[in-house]
Amino acid sequence: MWNWIQRFSSPKYFYDMSAMLIPWFAISALLVGVYGLYLGLFVAPTDYQQGESYRIIFVHVPAAWMSLFIYMVMAVSAAIGLIWQIRLADMVAAASAPIGASFTFLALVTGMLWGKPMWGAYWVWDARLTSELILLFLYFGYMALQSAIEDQRSADKASGLLAIVGVVNIPIIHYSVEWWNTLHQGATVTKFDKPSMHVDMLIPLLLMAVAFQLFYAAVVLIRTRNEALYRDRNRRWVRELIGRM
Amino acid sequence: MGGYAFFVWTSYALTFVVVIANIVSPIVQRKKVISRIKRTIRREQLQKQDNV
Repeated sequence: MWNWIQRFSSPKYFYDMSAMLIPWFAISALLVGVYGLYLGLFVAPTDYQQGESYRIIFVHVPAAWMSLFIYMVMAVSAAIGLIWQIRLADMVAAASAPIGASFTFLALVTGMLWGKPMWGAYWVWDARLTSELILLFLYFGYMALQSAIEDQRSADKASGLLAIVGVVNIPIIHYSVEWWNTLHQGATVTKFDKPSMHVDMLIPLLLMAVAFQLFYAAVVLIRTRNEALYRDRNRRWVRELIGRM
Repeated sequence: MGGYAFFVWTSYALTFVVVIANIVSPIVQRKKVISRIKRTIRREQLQKQDNV
């Protein structure tokens, strides 16, 4: 089994295999996303309380879900890299960070654009918003450590540790709306009984979430391939590959 | 958008920007990595010629 893991976790094997996957993820992300946007913007009914402004939900919530999901991918990959010294895992973590940061940013700004008309404020220092902002800082911290430390292994160790320690923020973000008095809406989908959202709004929401997932898959594969090329730039498989280009 | 047009469309515009940035950035990154490696290969070839 160890040989199997070593084979599948070699950067070269990953580089060759991932090429085929990227177009599938990209095209399905586009199709699902376009359909989800169509349903969300033109088919889903108007909300009786919030009018049309609630339509921000179709990008705000998927972006927020991605910000959390990508962070977990990053932290788990970093842990795998730290514990088992699998370099591909460190590459996936480093590749994920800027993508996760951009989704966190998107969740925050779309949240602000929703909060201003609905709550009267672009920002409040409540638990949900503050912990999501901290998530953005954690992503930046990861990227800063990768940039600042010259030796790749040391950089991966330092940034990986930050990613792992920062996992504590994830349940804080999720449960913040239960644990503290918060302006932010409570959980309607990610709880253990059936969602309290109308199906005509739920379907486009879930479709956009799937589209964002597929999009992340395509982008992280491209970025991880770049990491593989760069980190293995002095190894034979890269030299031969580049030589053939 | 019932008076909320600015807020809704700005949100979608920012989403579009983030999506485009996430497409363009890794493509540019790939080009940079490949050209950097090509330059290193070229430099090493030249050094080998000098040493011969």
